[in-house]
Amino acid sequence: MDFILNPWPWYISGPLIALVMALLVYFGKTFGMSSNLRTMCTMLGADKYSNFFKFNWKEQSWNLIVVLGAIIGGYIAVNFLSNDAVSNLNPKTISELRDLGFNHAGATLVPNELYDYESMTSLKGFLILIIGGLLVGFGTRYAGGCTSGHAITGLSSLQKPSLIAVIGFFIGGLIMTNLILPLIF
Amino acid sequence: MKHLKFLLVGIFFGIVLVKSEAVSWYRIYEMFRFQSFHMYGIIGTAVLFGILFYLISKKGTIKDNENQSIVFRPKDKGFIRYIVGGSIFGLGWALVGACPGPMYILLGTGVYSMLIVIAAAIVGTFIYGVLKDKLPH
Repeated sequence: MDFILNPWPWYISGPLIALVMALLVYFGKTFGMSSNLRTMCTMLGADKYSNFFKFNWKEQSWNLIVVLGAIIGGYIAVNFLSNDAVSNLNPKTISELRDLGFNHAGATLVPNELYDYESMTSLKGFLILIIGGLLVGFGTRYAGGCTSGHAITGLSSLQKPSLIAVIGFFIGGLIMTNLILPLIF
Repeated sequence: MKHLKFLLVGIFFGIVLVKSEAVSWYRIYEMFRFQSFHMYGIIGTAVLFGILFYLISKKGTIKDNENQSIVFRPKDKGFIRYIVGGSIFGLGWALVGACPGPMYILLGTGVYSMLIVIAAAIVGTFIYGVLKDKLPH
């Protein structure tokens, strides 16, 4: 059972993610998680403010079901399919993060320094989560997709727009991790 | 019941992303520091197998579950929206360590503060929708 309970290697994980995409395409749909954010806007009444949100959200309900499944999947994975193995991060990453003030790199999926109750309720922590969320929500819709829609589906179907978007993902990610994170922490 | 298959795919997706550590903030950090092959391996093999699936389906050998030809919807042409929108998304991805899929998955793993990120992402999408016609695409 250890091979299931331990973190999975990349060469198992990658093909399984491709399988998720293939299944959704096989069911006549697409693999795109950020679309759900638009659907939720419409459900909350955003169609009164912009034509962008005027569409029949019920046609997207299958995708909301995928989201519900993903939440359940996350719950199952940590509660029934995991041991307390610590993530096999590069020791250099761990020591760098310690210098930035992240003390238990790899022990959890997300740093307590960002996500625990104390951080979340501090002004700085709260702003980080809000700004991060705003950037993700705005950016994915502007770019017309996120990691699933562009990096996986778009690159798989050899689409140039997706390649440009993925280059963008990396420009933004590299700037944040290498230039901005050291300034905030 | 026709939705059950989507629920199952979602559950599978959630499990795979947790077990692969693609939902780990630390793995995203490590990737953007080029300190590990892990995330590149995941994305690389996913795309490799994805291309394989695309090429086979283009030949018409695989039909979808309603026996229709499989179509990958073409993305709109453009440059600015992809490079600028992509970069904005990248900034957020590296900051909170989660893209839209992992946000929900992490919520399921018990990271309840992710609700703040999800709410902000919904607002971010709303802001885009309102500004859409004023932005270069």
